[in-house]
This record gives sequence, structure tokens and C-alpha cells, in this order.
Amino acid sequence: MYCSQKDKRLAIIMLIPFLAVLFLFVYGFIFWSVRVSFSAWDSILPDMTWVGMRNYQELMGSLRFKTDIVNTIYFTIFFIAICVVGGFILSYLLFVNLKGEGFFRTVYLFPLSLSFVVTGVLWRWIFNPEVGLNALLRKMGFSAEFGWFTSTYSIAGFNVALIALIIGASWQYLGYTMAMFLAGLRGIDDQLIESAQIDGAGEWAIITRIILPIIKPITFSAMIVLGHISLKIFDLAYAMTGKGPRFVTDFPGLFMFETTFRGNHYAEGAAISIVMLLLVAIVIVPYLASSLRED
Amino acid sequence: MKLSKTNRAVKYILAVIAAFLFLFPLYVIINNSLKPFADVRVSEMWVLARSPSSEGFSKAFKALRQNLINSFILVIPVSLLSVLFGSIIGFIFAKVRFKYSKALFFLVIFGMFIPYQSILIPLVRTLNKVGLYGKLEGLIVTHTIYGLPISSLMFRNYYAKIPDELVEAGMIDGLQLVGVFRQVVVPISLPTMVVVLIWQFTSVWNDFLFAVTLTQKPSIQPVTVALQNLAGTQVIEWNAQMAGALIAAVPTLFVYIFLGKYFIQGLLSGSVKG
Repeated sequence: MYCSQKDKRLAIIMLIPFLAVLFLFVYGFIFWSVRVSFSAWDSILPDMTWVGMRNYQELMGSLRFKTDIVNTIYFTIFFIAICVVGGFILSYLLFVNLKGEGFFRTVYLFPLSLSFVVTGVLWRWIFNPEVGLNALLRKMGFSAEFGWFTSTYSIAGFNVALIALIIGASWQYLGYTMAMFLAGLRGIDDQLIESAQIDGAGEWAIITRIILPIIKPITFSAMIVLGHISLKIFDLAYAMTGKGPRFVTDFPGLFMFETTFRGNHYAEGAAISIVMLLLVAIVIVPYLASSLRED
Repeated sequence: MKLSKTNRAVKYILAVIAAFLFLFPLYVIINNSLKPFADVRVSEMWVLARSPSSEGFSKAFKALRQNLINSFILVIPVSLLSVLFGSIIGFIFAKVRFKYSKALFFLVIFGMFIPYQSILIPLVRTLNKVGLYGKLEGLIVTHTIYGLPISSLMFRNYYAKIPDELVEAGMIDGLQLVGVFRQVVVPISLPTMVVVLIWQFTSVWNDFLFAVTLTQKPSIQPVTVALQNLAGTQVIEWNAQMAGALIAAVPTLFVYIFLGKYFIQGLLSGSVKG
């Protein structure tokens, strides 16, 4: 757009204070945290003595952190898989113009407006091994002994206690992928599908040959957004389960919070947070760079 | 899309089953928050409340009253400031071309994806130093600053769709950039203002990490922290806990039900390109 030099200068001058504050609070603070992670600060009193990689080395050797990383990987895989597949199915059901579409859409989306703390309180009771789903199953005559989020059982490193958290988180975020897919499906030209039907294509062929290729980029964006949510997960685990017996429901976000603000191990907490930041950056930076370049 | 009657019926049944799965936790929460404490016994969670009582609600409301007020005091200024600042930053990035503007915008947007744990220690130290730690004002400042990326992004995506000619026409009429912004751009920004307003309202209301780290005194904590404290005690008073969860959820549910269209728009613009 055309803009006089005077206006351009004015715009930049207006932008500077905002960017200065934001960059200080984002990049300045990240830099500061990195510095703390290389320090010996291990009590309420700051101690910025340089200790090199020691905090990171200790972290890599810690059982809790290893468990957290494995938990995060499994949680992320299942959370993304359920939200993408389930969200697509829900959006497709609405796409074919069912009666009462508005009602269904509202119902599938409402959990998104809730706080993870609310979701946590709710699902903690539902999965409570004594009074929750188990009680209902027992009423129906089943023997329900599964400990849900209190179970310490694991399969190939996957702590089955995570199932409860995966269900809670998916309940909340399925509506998000549903809304993303539905927006994409609504953009498909009706005639494309109608003419395919006239040519004798069945429903399955239409889904796999027309619909899925069109929504592929949306799937990718949704996976990135969901992936970075699960790498940062904190509130839900904090409210619903806590770290759990033998860290079965622990995550780096929770570990960092407890280490830093409950245990006063600031340097170690900073190291955890920097590892989290790097994990998120690996996912987000390429995605962000490519979407902004396309503009 | 043309589908056979049976096919359509099958899909309808699936949609109803899904709706049931989404709604049954809501049944659990409402049903149990209506039970008097005397009915809150093991294995009673799935039974319908026989004699609905307001016991749970009055107990929860008493415990959360001040925190609900705190949350409103926090959320209202943050949402308004987000609209004001976001529209200015978004407009400049959408319509003024200058050197490195894309790289700068990238750096702005990256700020909304970072795990806030990675800035939390310096944030606590800084707020402490300026005397804002442990105060609602400190939370207001924090949320306003870390809300800048998403608010600017929403406005930029909207302004990028406004034809340049419209803005240029304002300039030909003798207005400067600031005048064009105020008299031409702002009046047509209302839908995005609503989107940003309710987006920030919901996310700040629902925030837990900043709230639990930056406030210690129960009397100034926002409602999410107070709810967690109420529910964190492992006493089996789940009628009060469920009632509390419902009370804490009402404002955002209300926004969602009545302004759902804008809520979804905000949701979809979180994926950068808009």
C-alpha cells in the first residue's frame, strides 16, 4: 500500500514501544532463563555462579524427566490421532447436512470454552476408581478393577494411567479439529462432489479421492497446533491427577513448576523449561516460517 | 451431497451417540452439584439427585465469590487493552511496508507459542522488583503483554483482507495515516474487535499457570486457582467441587453460547494464516 515517508516513520515510532516491551518479555526473559539454567541457583537466594551444562546433565540422568518425556511422546501421539480422526468423522457427519446441525456443532464445541482446571475436576471424579466409571460398571454387573489414572501398569513404556488424561484432553479438543475440518469441507465446490456422484463414485471414493486430498493442509496445521499444546500440557495434569505414583501422569510442565516454585531448585527448573522451549520451537518455527512466507 | 436414507440414518445415529458422549460429563457435573452433602456417598455419583438442594452451590459460591470478582477485575481490562493494542499493531503490520517487517512479525507471533515456563522465573523476579508480584495488577500487565501476539495476529489477518484502495482513498481525502486508521479502519473493525475481545476474555479467564505462579494470597487469586484449591482437598464433598467447577465455567460458557460465531472465528485464526 502507498504510504508517505512521514506516515511510515510515524507507524514505526508507534510500533517501537510495543515491540520493545514484548521482545523484552519474550526474548529477553528466555535469554535470562537460559542463563539461570547454566547457574548454581538452588535455593530461594539467587546464585548465578556458572556451572556449564551440569543442570542439563543431571536432568538427562533423572528418572522423573525420562518418564516425563516418554509420557509426553505417548500423550502427543494418542491425543493428535484421536483429535484428527475423531474430528474428521464429526465434521463429515455435519458436512452431509444432518438435521439439527447447529445443535450438534454447539455440543461438540462447548468443552473448548472451559478451563483445563474445570475439565480436570470433572474427569478426575469420572475416572475416580472408587466412585466414577468403575462404580457405574459395577452397577451394571461388570467387575471393574482398573485403577485409571492411579494405575502404575505400563505397556512398552506407555503408562496406562495416561488414558484418563488423553480422554479428558481429547474431549476438550475434538471440537477444535472438527471446526477446522468443517471450515475446509464447506469450501469444497458442491459441483465437484455432485459430478463425481453422477460418474458413479461411491461415498468412500469421494472421501478418499476428493475430500481427504483437499483437507490435507488443514490436517497438517491442526497437528502442529495440537502438538504444541500437548508439549506444553500443564493445567490439565495439575488439576486432574498431579504427577501420580511413580510419575505415571507427570509432564515436563508440571515437573518444572514443582521443581522451581515448590522446591526452589531454580536452575534445574530453568533447564527443564528450556528443553520444553526447544521441543516447541522444533515443531513451530518451520511451520510459522512457511505460513508467513506463503502470505 | 446425495445419500441413501439408510446411510443418512446411520450417520444421524452416530452424531447422536457422539453428542451423548460430549454431554454426559455435563450431566455428571450438574446432577452432582445439586445433591445435598448427605447424598454424597460412595457409588451415588451416577444416581439422579433425588432431592435437589442448593447446598453445594451456596458452599462453592461462598468459597469462590471473591475469586470470581478477581477474575472479572483481571479479564475486563486485559480484553479491552488487547483490542486497543492489537488493532494498532495489526494495522501497521498489515498495511505499512517497511524493512524487516516480515521477520519482526514472525518474532511477534512466535511469542504466542512459547511454553510460558521458559519466561516464568524472570517474570516473577521482574514483577517482584517493580512491586507487582502477588497483585492483580501484575497479572493484568502479564496477560496484556503475552496477549499481544494473538491479538495482533487476528487484527492483521483481518486488515490484510481490506483492499488497499479503501485506505488510500482516505489518504487522498487528505487524512494522515492516523486519521485513516481512526475514521476509516476502526469503524469497519467491529467484528474482529468482538473476536479478540471474547478470545482474550476466555483465555485469560481460563488461565491457570500465570495465575497460580503470580498470586499467593487466596484473597486475590483468580477463580481457576481457587477452584483448584477447593477441589484439591481430597475430601469427598464432590457436590461443592462440581458446583464450583460449574460456577467457574459459567462466564465462558455464556460467552460461547451467545457469541459462538465469534468464538469459532477466534479459534480458527489461531492457526496463523487466517
